[in-house]
Amino acid sequence: MPACDGPTIVVKDHYQLVIIGAGPTGLSAARVAADHGVDVALLDEQPAPGGQIYRAMESIPPARAGLLGDEYQHGRKIVSSFRQCNVDYLSDTQVWSLNSKREIGLLQGDEPLMITADQVLLASGAMERPVPFPGWTLPGVMNAGAGQILFKSHGIVPNDGVVLAGSGPLLLLLAWQYMHAGVKIQALLDLTPMRNHLRALPRLPRALMARHYLAKGLVYKKDLKRAGISTLHNVSDLHATGNDHISSVSFRHRGRQRSIETELLLVHFGLIPNAHLSRAAGCEYQWDRSQQCWRPELDDWGSSSIDGILIAGDGAGIGGARTAEHAGRLSALQATYALGIIDKYERDQLSRDDRKWMHDDLHIRPFLESFFHIPRKLLSVPDDDTIVCRCEEVTAGEIRMAVADGHSDSNQVKFLTRCGMGPCQGRQCAEAVAHIVAAAGGEKVAQGGHYRGRPPVAPLTLGQLASLYPEETE
Amino acid sequence: MFKRLDENPAATVTVTIDGVQFNVPAGETVAAAVLASGFGHTRTTVVSGAPRAPFCLMGVCYECLMVIDGKPNQRACRELVNDGMKIECQHATGRL
Amino acid sequence: MRADVLIIGGGLIGFSTALQLAMRGSRCIVLEKDSAGRHASGVNAGGLRQLNRHPAEIPLSVAAAEMWHNIDTLVGSDCDTRFPGQIRVAENAADMLLLEERAAMVRSLGFQHEEIIGKDQLYRLVPALSPHCIGGLISRKDGYGRPFHALDAFRRKACSLGVEFHSSTRVDELERSGTEWSAITAKGEFRAPLLVNCAGAWAGRIAAAAGDAAPVKPGAPMLMISERIPHFMDPVIGAASRKLSFKQMQNGTLLIGGAHMAKLDLEHQVTDMNWAKLAVSARTVMALFPQLKNVRIVRTWAGIEAFMPDNLPVIGSGTSPGVYHAFGFSAHGFQLSPVVGKIMSQLILDGKTDLPIEAFSIERF
Ligand SMILES: Cc1cc2nc3c(=O)[nH]c(=O)nc-3n(C[C@H](O)[C@@H](O)[C@H](O)COP(=O)(O)OP(=O)(O)OC[C@H]3O[C@@H](n4cnc5c(N)ncnc54)[C@H](O)[C@@H]3O)c2cc1C
Ligand SMILES: Cc1cc2nc3c(=O)[nH]c(=O)nc-3n(C[C@H](O)[C@H](O)[C@H](O)COP(=O)(O)OP(=O)(O)OC[C@H]3O[C@@H](n4cnc5c(N)ncnc54)[C@H](O)[C@@H]3O)c2cc1C
Ligand code: FES
Repeated sequence: MPACDGPTIVVKDHYQLVIIGAGPTGLSAARVAADHGVDVALLDEQPAPGGQIYRAMESIPPARAGLLGDEYQHGRKIVSSFRQCNVDYLSDTQVWSLNSKREIGLLQGDEPLMITADQVLLASGAMERPVPFPGWTLPGVMNAGAGQILFKSHGIVPNDGVVLAGSGPLLLLLAWQYMHAGVKIQALLDLTPMRNHLRALPRLPRALMARHYLAKGLVYKKDLKRAGISTLHNVSDLHATGNDHISSVSFRHRGRQRSIETELLLVHFGLIPNAHLSRAAGCEYQWDRSQQCWRPELDDWGSSSIDGILIAGDGAGIGGARTAEHAGRLSALQATYALGIIDKYERDQLSRDDRKWMHDDLHIRPFLESFFHIPRKLLSVPDDDTIVCRCEEVTAGEIRMAVADGHSDSNQVKFLTRCGMGPCQGRQCAEAVAHIVAAAGGEKVAQGGHYRGRPPVAPLTLGQLASLYPEETE
Repeated sequence: MFKRLDENPAATVTVTIDGVQFNVPAGETVAAAVLASGFGHTRTTVVSGAPRAPFCLMGVCYECLMVIDGKPNQRACRELVNDGMKIECQHATGRL
Repeated sequence: MRADVLIIGGGLIGFSTALQLAMRGSRCIVLEKDSAGRHASGVNAGGLRQLNRHPAEIPLSVAAAEMWHNIDTLVGSDCDTRFPGQIRVAENAADMLLLEERAAMVRSLGFQHEEIIGKDQLYRLVPALSPHCIGGLISRKDGYGRPFHALDAFRRKACSLGVEFHSSTRVDELERSGTEWSAITAKGEFRAPLLVNCAGAWAGRIAAAAGDAAPVKPGAPMLMISERIPHFMDPVIGAASRKLSFKQMQNGTLLIGGAHMAKLDLEHQVTDMNWAKLAVSARTVMALFPQLKNVRIVRTWAGIEAFMPDNLPVIGSGTSPGVYHAFGFSAHGFQLSPVVGKIMSQLILDGKTDLPIEAFSIERF
């Protein structure tokens, strides 16, 4: 392992290529670009490479790694291949700003820095789709991904009696991983509506071309069943209740109202691109109905609407870890070409395998997207008392009131209600607000729009900001 | 809510959480240490004073704001524990 | 669609004008290319400042202050206003001299609202201030409001009196036929004998279409805001020899402005923050409040505003018949907006106003 992790590297003012995010996308991209002699910096706020899926890959005890399944193990190759290449890998480095001139604001510890790049590749991955429901702000309600992070990075798992709820492959995967770790899951509440089976059916033939994914899903299900884990399907009306902490979760199942006591509820409603940096830079976005999220407008190399800014991997639209790997390489080739290091012919030749692999891998997506389609009703937060903005504690009812008052887009709602103005910068409420605005105004989600990006994408102290550009005067 | 798997950490550090000492594995995030040490919430909100706890653990929800070594508004899921670190639940805005 | 008055621009100036006209029975249409308050009016710093106004603006600003203190009776909302005073602090003897000259000048014009305060009073009002300051100039009835809330209140009140508001309706051309103006938009033609140009940073184009030349320079002043912190300060703080406007809002957040500009692409209406200048603003705040070092900035933004070469607005009638202008507020039009609406309604309906506006004539360019 090179002894050049993190802040010990002297960060240069300028790189030919800066890659933001050291998940499968960024790691593969770094390797390709470095192999062509590109001067690369790879930045990530995490202490080690791997991204979300291959978190803690280099430090995880083998026994724990064994519980996570073979998809996780695949990451070992990617991480070790990356370690052999010559790039400035800056771990523990948070990116707080990116603009259209490719000026990048970094924070290492307490030290802010500004660097520039000819090409920027955003490989900043996905986040779990925030879906507000009654009681989701109670302590003891967490994202399933958060549960998985505790497990992967720290070997921390729930006490017996945990309840998992929501819809999406990650929920199933986590249940399976917990099962292997001997965690007693009290119930798995599947909020996928029954009608999704029909909706997904026409996409099944194409999905069969990537049948290993389907097979894996079926294995997970079978294993969970064999382990006696109670899975309730077609669940709706999820509610967490409790005073200072969740004490029970209630829901509807088979026409009956039911309730389970628990001190921990892990929820998951799919993934959406982590778009904060690209929005701050001003990249164009479009609403993707199938993925139920905004995704950046990109060409098939990942070039965004802004010259020299590329986006790949789950940050470009959810395609999964394998696709992310290939997409990262394609974008790295494009960046290398744009830098004049390879010509068009080389770029196209070198990209052929990745394109093919990616094409095959993506066969599963339309099926997954329709199977795990989240009902619009859930996304538009039907209960008026539900808190939508966790930071400023703005409820769905207040947002609907603003819309009724003539505020017909997300930004106006934000100005009026402070929804989205807290420290998370709207990361947790932007989607819900767009859905509420659209539903209340009888419009499409795309019309209600998204909050405009307001840098910094992560808070910066006055002291940190003050230490930048010391030579600048009034 | 949570427990640790039976693993022997290579090294541990001592931290205090709301005045109580805990030994936790080195390299752990503050949020992980706090959750594994049995704490239910990590802050109260600025608007209504409601208790909250870490929600995403990946730096995107800002629910895990705590006072760490006297500094308020630290994302506990992004800070690693240090020996002797003083970790406190953050009440509303925290002190200046 | 036809009305008595067409108002171009759904910012505060446009709605204030519409409101005053509607209160006197005129039928107005407000045309806005984006949404109400999308630009300067919705995103400004909300400062209600008489302090340090250009002499020509003082009478208007004083009249506006009176209106802001009773804003509830005008628009049915207090617009979240607070009046803890605004202070410009002096950090050295040269600063103090500057402020004393200023106070004397304002008094000589017959106004009493700007007062010198000594060190003791300064620190009684702002105990958190760094100890090196020696005094200041205060305007005690100044304060701030919440701009989008104010804009919203003006809009609602105006609409409740019959003002017709069209958002997402950009005026592309103006035509004069007979005694009428028509504003051509993608959503149709709007006509009226009278036209008021309240188009902010874009007012130069509207002025040109209406036959007047005005050297409007669009600019994008930047602001930054912190997370909420415990209450520690009441008045709004500026400095005699630094670019600063600094306040703690009702909810505990700190709003920092320094009149520094973002890079502006007017065509696409996008701005890029100038971090070098924001760093200067941060240093300014820390020079006066070093204890704020660890306070986090959570958002920065810039609003698109119309600047004039002399930083004075254009208020008055145009050269073509039926044309009126109110724009170019050069980053201090929020406070003036209620009185500007009133002036415009007087000019339009009475042919004159009792406030002095000669300095703001479009013919000065
Ligand atoms: C919590 C979570 C758990 C997941 N677990 C699995 C799983 O077990 N199996 C699976 O198949 N898929 C999983 N996924 C899906 C995941 O998105 C993968 O498809 C894959 O990790 C995507 O790779 P990527 O390289 O595009 O992004 P990621 O792997 O997400 O990598 C992005 C990296 O960018 C960094 N980053 C983001 N913003 C900044 C910034 N501003 N400054 C600095 N660094 C930044 C992040 O720290 C992260 O390391 C998970 C997703 C999430 C959100
Ligand atoms: C960051 C910032 C901070 C400020 N701080 C303060 C402060 O603290 N105190 C203070 O007093 N003032 C302040 N100001 C100034 C104040 O905000 C403005 O002077 C005031 O809002 C101007 O109002 P307006 O209605 O003229 O302009 P705007 O609010 O810009 O309204 C003009 C409107 O016209 C519309 N428009 C333009 N062309 C067309 C067309 N062709 N067709 C249809 N519509 C059109 C625009 O879309 C726009 O919405 C600040 C300004 C900014 C930007
Ligand atoms: S738990 Fe979400 S930011 Fe820390």
